[in-house]
Amino acid sequence: MLVLIVAFVAFLTQKVVGYIGTALMLLVVVSLLAITFEIMPVLLAAILSALVLNFFFIPPLYTFHIDNSEDILLFLMFIVIALINAVLTNRIRKVEKIARDKEEKENSIRLYNTLLNSLSHELRTPISTILGAVDIIKENREKLSVKQRDELLTEIGTASIRLNHQVDNLLNMNRLETGMLKLKLDWCDINELIYSVIQKLDLTTKKNNLKFKDNDQLPLVKLDSGLMEHVFYNILNNAILYTPEYSTITIEVSYNNDMLRIVISDDGNGFPESEIPFLFEKFYRLPHTKTGGSGLGLSISKGYIEAHNGTIIAENNIPTGAKFTMDIPVESSFINNLKNE
Amino acid sequence: MNNAEILIIDDEPQIRKLLEITLESNDYRVWQAATGKEGILMAANHTPELILLDLGLPDKSGHEVLKELRTWYNKSIIILSVQNTENDIITALDNGATDYLTKPFRTGELLARIRSSIRRHMSEENNNLIICGELQIDLVARIVKQNDEIVKLTSTEYNLMALFAKNEGRVLTHQFILREIWGFNYQTETQYLRVFIGTLRKKIELIPNQPRHIITENGVGYRFT
Repeated sequence: MLVLIVAFVAFLTQKVVGYIGTALMLLVVVSLLAITFEIMPVLLAAILSALVLNFFFIPPLYTFHIDNSEDILLFLMFIVIALINAVLTNRIRKVEKIARDKEEKENSIRLYNTLLNSLSHELRTPISTILGAVDIIKENREKLSVKQRDELLTEIGTASIRLNHQVDNLLNMNRLETGMLKLKLDWCDINELIYSVIQKLDLTTKKNNLKFKDNDQLPLVKLDSGLMEHVFYNILNNAILYTPEYSTITIEVSYNNDMLRIVISDDGNGFPESEIPFLFEKFYRLPHTKTGGSGLGLSISKGYIEAHNGTIIAENNIPTGAKFTMDIPVESSFINNLKNE
Repeated sequence: MNNAEILIIDDEPQIRKLLEITLESNDYRVWQAATGKEGILMAANHTPELILLDLGLPDKSGHEVLKELRTWYNKSIIILSVQNTENDIITALDNGATDYLTKPFRTGELLARIRSSIRRHMSEENNNLIICGELQIDLVARIVKQNDEIVKLTSTEYNLMALFAKNEGRVLTHQFILREIWGFNYQTETQYLRVFIGTLRKKIELIPNQPRHIITENGVGYRFT
């Protein structure tokens, strides 16, 4: 098509540029086509332009017959150059594509390796604790004091819980990523849900101050309570793990125009501003923080909130500390005036 | 009351070993089966006091085994399942399982569930006064007392309380409770249940936000203890 348009333009201007000029113009067109299109259309364009050149421009006009030996040479050279052009450009593109694919593959392998590394680290640490503790208990049955043995047993317990938690997280992550996650929406009393999460948190080891301002005005809302329980647990557990002792963690819930808002904030050290964009990434861990978490908690939480079509934002609290704000669109029901007799 | 016989139906030798040691060290007598077929046969031969049934068996699904057992076996069956399978648990409870535990479970929890299941089965016949800590539920007088003081309940609240009391220690699915209290057409109206559980907790729990009696089993139902 393009060949014909250019040929037409050339036809009008051939008095000025002569038919050699037309040949060069057509060559440029074929070269341009070769950059953007596959080999077959380009070859077709090359042959078509050769025929057009012959028929309309090379005298005698309007025949495929060529008298002049110079013109025969011109015509043959035109065909050869056009074809070489098409083939060469195509080959360059192929090589480029191979290089790009290779790079992409290497990138994904690198990403996969990072995941695998942190994963095997997260899994192997508790496993080595368990195996090590079991070996010590077996081999030094007499030498260990009762206290030492109890400590080792506690370590085995803690490590197993951590291992189990990690496996849960991995399965949940996988369900999110493969789209296997289906929401089970049911009426849910958000105050009750948060209180039940608070009961599950381990508040014994650290003296944190947990404040939940429950809200009597909240309607029942439709949520997947199992998933939301995970979300609250992950964020609260992080707050407990990563704030200094005696920090205050505050939970607030509100409801406005079919939007449920939950804000969990603390007065700990907050995040370095530069790290905030990466908080929800898989296996991301703030630099120089202690281990213990799974590196998946926040990204799973974000996935669950987004599965509810909601949003979650992390920012620094004013004056200090971390702040997570979750907004979730919900169906609600005020049936507090239910007949109760 | 110990020396009760317990049948374990689970295909994992490690789990069976762990259960065997746990149960035998608590004076239970243990039978073991690795497949559903074998389990049903053993249940028929020994009529154990309680069956621990794993839902993931190699030859047939635990649900089928449960249904088959329930055609003639009327004692306690506790389901063992893996986590994140609320639907399986609800199906099993609806098919007559007495209770469930998710793997990995703590042995303390297991023993508590076994004890309460066996006790409940033994005392199932006309026990009209149920005592649960500071709570007393008198099913004849239709009265609930907290520390010897009568708790004022509406009739729906009392019905709910009585249903819980008759099934003490047992998980009741949302659907089951709705069906029993409000009737078949209300099976999916879980918002009623949420509201009533809320008001009931305010009346019978010492700290309504940290319930000790009406425990939420997330995604499954409620357990009264």
